[in-house]
Amino acid sequence: MNPLDVPPDPAVPHEPRSGQRGSGFLTAPFRLGTTPSATVGPYLAIGLSWPDGIWAADEGTRDGVWIRGRVLDGAGDVVPDAMVETWQADPDGGFASPEDPRGVASYPGFRGYARAQTSTGEFGVFTLKPGRVPDGHGGLQAPHIDVSVFARGLLDRVVTRIYFADEADANAEDVVLRELPEDRRSTLVADRTEDGYRLDVHLQGERETVFFAV
Amino acid sequence: MTGSTSGSRLHLPRYLREDDSLRTPIGFPDYRSTALRAPLRTPVDLPHRLTEVTGPVLGEDRVLARDADLTWRNDGEAIGQRILVHGRVLDSDGRPVPDALVEVWQANAAGRYRHVVDNWPAPLDPHFDGLGRVVTDSLGRYEFLTIKPGAYPWGNHHNAWRPAHIHFSLFGRAFTQRLVTQMYFPGDPLFEQDPIYNAIPAAARHRAVSRYSLERTQDNWALAFEWDIVLRGTDQTPLETDDDGDVA
Ligand SMILES: [Fe+3]
Repeated sequence: MNPLDVPPDPAVPHEPRSGQRGSGFLTAPFRLGTTPSATVGPYLAIGLSWPDGIWAADEGTRDGVWIRGRVLDGAGDVVPDAMVETWQADPDGGFASPEDPRGVASYPGFRGYARAQTSTGEFGVFTLKPGRVPDGHGGLQAPHIDVSVFARGLLDRVVTRIYFADEADANAEDVVLRELPEDRRSTLVADRTEDGYRLDVHLQGERETVFFAV
Repeated sequence: MTGSTSGSRLHLPRYLREDDSLRTPIGFPDYRSTALRAPLRTPVDLPHRLTEVTGPVLGEDRVLARDADLTWRNDGEAIGQRILVHGRVLDSDGRPVPDALVEVWQANAAGRYRHVVDNWPAPLDPHFDGLGRVVTDSLGRYEFLTIKPGAYPWGNHHNAWRPAHIHFSLFGRAFTQRLVTQMYFPGDPLFEQDPIYNAIPAAARHRAVSRYSLERTQDNWALAFEWDIVLRGTDQTPLETDDDGDVA
């Protein structure tokens, strides 16, 4: 009897066979190859400029801080054609993102995301200092901002984090900072300034910033 | 298993990282500007926690209707071969990425960018600025109308010309999915000498090249090119516990 002529019995639950050769099922999960990255090139300003790019928090927001810095190359020269993007929690530690399993947070006047170019020699974004965010194991991470840097001469973005010099206690117990060699931690820690914080990104050199594989 | 009952343990997706043999390296010697810019130290692994698995919601409010048609600016029509570029944004699990912002920029038909530092002697087109923005629909689809960009010289080596390309910038759902890349056109004779194209490992280069689409080519109007973009997907295997400091 042709098995195709036998109608399925709805009382029997459908059970795919295990992934053995000839079973008709793949052993490996289905995957598409990801699109390879490429440099933003020298003309990123055409496509990536936003009038409101630098405002992670609305202009004039109370307790807003400017985070400024330069991007420097291996010769110590300022990189004038980079873009720096920042993404972070709000002061209560929530994210304006539906991907947060705790729920979408909303904080007045706060977007959490900014992008700034370095054409003036440095980047500057206006934001609120993030709160502490759970590390997933019952602890809290120190306040931090995730950063992507794009530039001509970088075939993919580089990823780093900004921490804050005036959070020494929180920094000391942060799961990410703790794992780094002591002499390299400081490349991620922004210094207090009059109106916010400052941290340079060193793409190479003695003080090469700690970059992360995400 | 202690953490799983405490309520403080967060169950977060883990975004898969493409194998290094299929990823563009950050630096590539033949692309000379990478020499002083690409970091030299090995990057430190950053497990995916809340900041990495979340991302900004950037949608329709950043896009105007005219942003999907690059062929009309300043009350006039851009010069060049009209093309319809379309495709889907997916993640590597094959799931569409809906409502995602796609930003594109490109040179004009003569290979000239409207940018202060682009001063090679090819004409600017008063009716072309080279900027487009679209948001993917509920099935992850995008499309925009533009003109085919020209090749341009760039001084990286003798007779260095970039193959025709369109720059793309994408946000998925999460910080981990952020992608900036370039779309190429099939059969470009300039591929062979282009270090930016050749920096992509050979086995993945075809992923950066669009496909000519006769189905969407419009009679007496525009050629069509199709290009699907695949962002990183998640590891669907549930992680109950682990002891290495990673988020389960
Ligand atoms: Fe280009």
